[in-house]
Amino acid sequence: MAATTAPNTPASSIQYVSQRKRAWRTFSRNRSALVGLVLVILLVLIAIFAPLIAPYNPLSQSTINRLQGPSSEHWLGRDPYGRDVFSRIIYGTRVALQVGILSVLLGGILGTSIGVIAAYFGGKIEALLMRLVDVLLSFPDLITGLLVMAVLGSGMEKLIIAIALTITPRFARIAHGPTLGLKEKEFVEAARALGQRNPVILVRHILPNIGGELVVLASLWTASAIRLEASLSFIGLGVPPPTATWGQMIREGTVYLSSLPLLSLAPGVALLITVFAFNLVGDGLRDVLDPRSR
Amino acid sequence: MFRFIIKRLLLAIPTLFAVLTIIFLLMRVVPGDPAYAVLGDYASEEAVTALREQMGIDKPIWRQYLTYMGGILRGDLGDSLITRQPAWDQIRTVLPYSLQLTGAAILIALSLGIPFGVITAVKRNTGIDYVVRIVSLAGLSAPAFYIGLLLMYLLSAKAGWFPAISTAGFDDIGKNLHALVLPAITLGLVETAYVTRMTRSVMLNVLSDDYVRTARAKGLRNRTVLMRHALRPGVVPIVALVGIFTIGLIGGSVLTEEVFARPGLGKLMVGATTRRDYTLLQAIMVVYALIIVVVNIVVDIIYTWIDPRVQR
Repeated sequence: MAATTAPNTPASSIQYVSQRKRAWRTFSRNRSALVGLVLVILLVLIAIFAPLIAPYNPLSQSTINRLQGPSSEHWLGRDPYGRDVFSRIIYGTRVALQVGILSVLLGGILGTSIGVIAAYFGGKIEALLMRLVDVLLSFPDLITGLLVMAVLGSGMEKLIIAIALTITPRFARIAHGPTLGLKEKEFVEAARALGQRNPVILVRHILPNIGGELVVLASLWTASAIRLEASLSFIGLGVPPPTATWGQMIREGTVYLSSLPLLSLAPGVALLITVFAFNLVGDGLRDVLDPRSR
Repeated sequence: MFRFIIKRLLLAIPTLFAVLTIIFLLMRVVPGDPAYAVLGDYASEEAVTALREQMGIDKPIWRQYLTYMGGILRGDLGDSLITRQPAWDQIRTVLPYSLQLTGAAILIALSLGIPFGVITAVKRNTGIDYVVRIVSLAGLSAPAFYIGLLLMYLLSAKAGWFPAISTAGFDDIGKNLHALVLPAITLGLVETAYVTRMTRSVMLNVLSDDYVRTARAKGLRNRTVLMRHALRPGVVPIVALVGIFTIGLIGGSVLTEEVFARPGLGKLMVGATTRRDYTLLQAIMVVYALIIVVVNIVVDIIYTWIDPRVQR
């Protein structure tokens, strides 16, 4: 009986599992990628459980106790408003991850749709869309982000939109190339011959085949998105105060750099670790997909 | 080659046109009335009307577009809303500072990044490779403003070697260069990380090529193989990438100038953004767009010149 069930198992699912296993093996053998993954998980946990981890309310001010150095009660000291720096760094994780992940999600979906649709339908749509993508790509992210924030005004949602717009063209470019090749493949033609509608073909047959590259891009761009969020906050165009964001904390601390360096150096370390962690994961994932790049 | 350059220049025209149009449209979708944004909500009716007239936003959008494009063609980028001075005058004053900083940063990035990249590729998967790779990834993770702050803390606040504020003008060149050091290292280090990673992956590709193996098999010394056979073809993509760095540097220079209170295009842009000086912002964007398009053309030309196969 066992012999007859085996051939009924679809061959693709067997291969799929083994591929995934092999991918995990390559990834987990990469020590720095594993470190990155552990750090990312830790950061997500810190963001979720921030109220339990932070010893103080990140917004409660105390003007009498402003600008204090590290002590046993306030590990990293108190800022110009007397707020606990450590608690603010913990809460800053929320903004960083929220903005980083949501903007990549938004930009990723938008960009992938543009790239895939442009490649699949070709013609004038493709020419127009990809031209637009190239123009957007030629601008430095910070400039695009700054410009969009200048136009939209400040706020968390606007920041996410601004950063997503810098990410959209990258996903469009990456999704566009492979789709061009895929749409000529036999299995896509077969699906078309079977009468499947275009949206179904795109989602069921094209997307799964470019998914890997998109995931690598997503983790690398989450790193960039978090860095961009901090940069815009540093300039004063991020989530408005009093919400704790790393970029703004660093900016506020610069004035006291020689007397209380931790005010701006400590949130910077948190930022550095976070961006580094996502970069490590992205690098590891890229090695899984393209072993030659190692 | 000449035909290629002409073709490339002609190709740049529609791109530039598109970019300038996008900038124009973006500046017109500012929510609410830009005149109110500048003057505040309690401005008098007459003041708003006067400013709208001065900004030209009382006219239909196609007229505004023609004025804008016509102005750019004549080299007129409009007047700043705040200072009422021609925007180009303000840009012209800070442009040398930006060019100086960018140039110094590229110099640092190339002179550090290429050797690091080559060493890590040759000593692949050894301790050195591992350390440099991790450090350069950390360098990529650090935003320019944080590297700047660290340097400012260590070399200015603690050691007192360099000024923390980089405003020295060009009349005293010694002072000017002294003030340039920290910003240049800041921006240079960020780019060094890029160049190192890029050089490493390019060199890894080249080193596994057949002709390098042949050169080795001939018994050539390692150094000769590296300098004569491997580095030369490797330089092609690296040189082309310098163009991309230059564009990337624009973003980094905004942050660096902000940290060191250094005059420059980036600082001017941040100021224009926070003060809602939309005409100045638009003018700076036009200048950036021109720089980006020109850099792209120059890179394409250099690329074709080094490697004629690209021309097709």
